[in-house]
Amino acid sequence: MYKPKNINLIFAFLSGLVLLFILGPLVGMLLDTPLTDIFDASNEQEVRDSIGLTLGASFFGTLFFAIAAIPFAYLLARKEFKLKRLILGIIDIPVVIPHSAAGIALLGFLSRESLIGGAADSMGFSLIGHPIGIALAMAFVSLPYLINAARDGFEAVPVRLEKAALNLGASSFKMFFSISLPLAWRSILSGLIMMFARGMSEFGAVIIIAYHPMTTPVMIFERFGAFGLKYAQPVALIFIAISLIVFIFLRWLSGKNTNA
Amino acid sequence: MLELKNINLSFGPFAISEINLKLEKGDYFVLLGPSGAGKSVILELIAGILKPDKGAVYLSKKEITHDKIQDRSVGLVFQDFAIFPHLNVAQNIAYPLKIKRWTKERIQERVEELAKQMDIFHLLERSTVSLSGGEKQRVALARTLALSPDLLLLDEPLASLDVQLKKDLRSQLRKLHKSGQTIIHVTHDFEEALLLADKVAIFNQGKIVQQGLKTDVFAEPGSEFIAHFIGVKNYFEISAIENNRLEVAGKLNFICKEQVPDNKKPIALMIHSGDIELKKPEDKKALDANVFTGIVTEVYPAYRGFELLIDIGIQLVVNISQKQLLQLEAKEGDTFDCFIAPENIQKIYQ
Repeated sequence: MYKPKNINLIFAFLSGLVLLFILGPLVGMLLDTPLTDIFDASNEQEVRDSIGLTLGASFFGTLFFAIAAIPFAYLLARKEFKLKRLILGIIDIPVVIPHSAAGIALLGFLSRESLIGGAADSMGFSLIGHPIGIALAMAFVSLPYLINAARDGFEAVPVRLEKAALNLGASSFKMFFSISLPLAWRSILSGLIMMFARGMSEFGAVIIIAYHPMTTPVMIFERFGAFGLKYAQPVALIFIAISLIVFIFLRWLSGKNTNA
Repeated sequence: MLELKNINLSFGPFAISEINLKLEKGDYFVLLGPSGAGKSVILELIAGILKPDKGAVYLSKKEITHDKIQDRSVGLVFQDFAIFPHLNVAQNIAYPLKIKRWTKERIQERVEELAKQMDIFHLLERSTVSLSGGEKQRVALARTLALSPDLLLLDEPLASLDVQLKKDLRSQLRKLHKSGQTIIHVTHDFEEALLLADKVAIFNQGKIVQQGLKTDVFAEPGSEFIAHFIGVKNYFEISAIENNRLEVAGKLNFICKEQVPDNKKPIALMIHSGDIELKKPEDKKALDANVFTGIVTEVYPAYRGFELLIDIGIQLVVNISQKQLLQLEAKEGDTFDCFIAPENIQKIYQ
């Protein structure tokens, strides 16, 4: 009879250590924070506004860039062209560079002196210190998650299904919207969730573009710096809880969508 | 109806050259060739998915070489059916009709009509993921036929089906053909050509090596490759000719019934494996036929009965029934005389 080897026990032990490493600090913080503090913090308008801003900026940033990023991912999945490898490398740059450095680069790109910043200025607002600037900073660092996931999704759609659609009279647009997009949707949705989640947790790039209005990660940092750990913990806990609820809800939604 | 003129195309690992084909309306044309020879490329060229480097495609006397895929009245059924997994059976069949903006009522009527024709009416609301290979094939056929294409292209339609399903689908294809549908069917299996085609083309290494009426091609294969490909086991090139004596491999003399005419030189001779009689050497009688003594090198089961590989200086394949095998007690290493009647030696002319 087959007997499980010791290797399974060792691997299970190591897996347990990794899980403990992830859950330990979170559970520790939860146990360390009085419920009344959490309740008080959740009643603060400043905290509520900050959470609303963070979720909203990340959500609309994700939605706005998805319009261009999904077709871009399709091109990358289906076409071979010169400099494709270089472009694939460029897409991953935001992930590998320090996010504070990304923020500095974006600051130059969005400031009043730049073309985009100048255009916003002429419409009466500055992108720096504006929710749109925050959304752009969030999107900058999180866009690769969407592009790469969508590209994987499109690559997994058999080309012959697209050929069949064309042969059945579909135009290229119709083929894309009726075959490629629905079949890659699971990966795209997963990419959208990752982009949204990564965007709302962004701190480094956002703090350089906008200290105010304050996103929740910036607020946690500010309260920690100004008042210490005990004051930052309730906001951190509320934000983690909301992130988890949103994340689990979106995952459930994507699972429901694909099982339909 | 369809004409391909001097088609050349290099595509990935495939290169096809000088492809010339002509089909009349109502033809059942089988393109027969080994797997991986690029037969599917020709179908994709006709459908417009690929464009030739050189040459022209005509459909109903109109050049369509550079026409868009959507503008050709050509339906292609892919080898693995290409059923859309996110749509159910009815939605798959309705797909081309929705694109043409048919009304809901017309779509439903047409889908039901096709489903009845293909015996899949009971599956209409089913998810395509749970369908068997045969059911998927019928859905793909119904979907392709929805817009009544002038030309139906089938890429290895029977390749992944079991024996019973193959039989059922062959009967379905025959019905379609009888209804006047023009069909090009690509396959590696000569039996499909034998059972379905009225015209065949043999495709090898990017070229069509022989084409014509099925009866002609099967009766007179133009080369050893073609002969073996269409199931002929004994095809031998002739090394010399004298009256009605055909010499093979410089050592074996086959006497055929009629003298070779002066104006036509045969290039090979062909003997059907069932036309060779085996006798034990001691049974030898008056030699009025070609008799070659050889050693059995292999005995193996065949589609009908058994096949014996006999070395008579060349490898001769002999087909016998199980009853004959038991009577002869034939096994590897045994020596037999192979009798071939002169009228069973068929000459192949260039």
